[in-house]
Amino acid sequence: MRSRSDEREGRLASRAVQAAFLIALIVLWYLAATRWGVSPLLLPNPTTVLRDFWQILRTGEFLGDLRVTLTELAAAFAIAASCGVVAGYLISRSQYRIRVFEPLFAGIYSVPIILFLPLYVLFFGLGPASKIALGATIGFFPIALNTIAGFGYVDKTLVIAARSMGASDVQLFRYVLLPAALPVMLTGVRMGFTVALLSIIGSETIASLAGLGHRIVYLAEGMEMAPMFAYIVFVVAIAGLLNMLVSTLEARGSRR
Amino acid sequence: MTGEIAIRIRGVSHQFGEEGEARHVRALRDTSLDIARGELICLIGPSGCGKSTLLNVIGGLIAPTTGAVDVFGRRVAAPMPRDIAFVFQENALFPWNTVFENVNLGMIFQGVPRAEREARAQRALEAVGLKDFAQHYPAQLSGGMRQRAALARALSLETGILLMDEPFGALDEQTRMILGEDLSVLLARADKTIVFVTHSLGEATFLADRVAVFSARPGTIKKIIAVDEPHPRRPDFVTSAKFTAIRNELYALLHDEIRKTVVESSVNAAGRPAP
Repeated sequence: MRSRSDEREGRLASRAVQAAFLIALIVLWYLAATRWGVSPLLLPNPTTVLRDFWQILRTGEFLGDLRVTLTELAAAFAIAASCGVVAGYLISRSQYRIRVFEPLFAGIYSVPIILFLPLYVLFFGLGPASKIALGATIGFFPIALNTIAGFGYVDKTLVIAARSMGASDVQLFRYVLLPAALPVMLTGVRMGFTVALLSIIGSETIASLAGLGHRIVYLAEGMEMAPMFAYIVFVVAIAGLLNMLVSTLEARGSRR
Repeated sequence: MTGEIAIRIRGVSHQFGEEGEARHVRALRDTSLDIARGELICLIGPSGCGKSTLLNVIGGLIAPTTGAVDVFGRRVAAPMPRDIAFVFQENALFPWNTVFENVNLGMIFQGVPRAEREARAQRALEAVGLKDFAQHYPAQLSGGMRQRAALARALSLETGILLMDEPFGALDEQTRMILGEDLSVLLARADKTIVFVTHSLGEATFLADRVAVFSARPGTIKKIIAVDEPHPRRPDFVTSAKFTAIRNELYALLHDEIRKTVVESSVNAAGRPAP
């Protein structure tokens, strides 16, 4: 028996390397800003950034922008998830539809949809609506594709076995198709969430009136580098938290 | 083996696809057979002779092109979960459920009341020797144990008929032998009619009351050999002269058919344009 403590030690060791790597980056940043004469307009001192970061947290000035971004994200994700799951399930019910739509969706998914942002802004305006529409579009494809993959390729033997024991359509769905599809589908939902978040923040930096992405560009244009960096740190932290949250939910949902 | 006929097969043929199509295959040709209640019959024959097709027709999973099957006097048109249970070759357990849940789920599908399920599942698991592995997942079990679990699921359904499609086909020789012995013991106690598809001459001889030997594709029953030996069969039956004689007879019958199949498939391969 390869012991569990060995495994844990291995995991701890790789965690330590990861942490050391990040610390080294920050040390390099610090050295570049203080010793190697990189202009603070390009690279502000990390201690200043940290001070501004606390400032942002303490005053709560981020709340307005955070609310905008999270609302956009929630709406976009809700649309992407519901449409993606329903469309994916309906497509997966016929081999013909899988043959038609799976390559089509995979093709569209490989196009950088963010290129269509100007079109979305023309259609939906500079406000949250265009971000929601774009995030929903981009999030839709991985969710639909993984739902097709989950439901479309359930082992035939399991379906035949269930039918031979008298399973009704509802029972077949609940006890066979759904548990078989769930892990793959949830992975798609997580990916959909992540790309929706990325595209929303990205599009906020390009054309918007509010939101975290907008705030960062606004500070950059005002040459306020330290607060801008602080906001970047903030967004990274928020994105990390959200991804951790959905990954945990995914793991929970797949375990059954 | 007295009188009552559990399964009556009359003039069953089956073809996959339509004539003239590339995928057209005549799998089974004009096959008739009566299987008595409580009998264990083995179907044996070269690959593609239609023995599994016949099994699926009996179970209502495939509608035959011509002919019909009656089970306990009723025409088979769809799966009959109250009368017929299947054991498949492998991987028919739900991997996300424990062994216990797998057995339980079969009974949910069949419509067994909740109050009865637990006791029946315990009984079935005990019968196949998996009582202590009820909470394991299929992936945590060996191939032989997985097939025991699949057998427990089928037994818990308490059907009169058990259809087994090469259930030990993917197992190694030793595991196969032990499972065969256990199955023989189980069957001596249960009043079940069993149709058992296999490739193995030894397995067929050891388990069957009668062995139906199929001809090459499109297959039909070429000959039926009776194995007159009471269940449960003792392990030393394998070394008896009777066993050897029957096994040799089966070998002689099958050998010609397997030759035909191999020659035909190599002719087909030669007929295709070079890749």
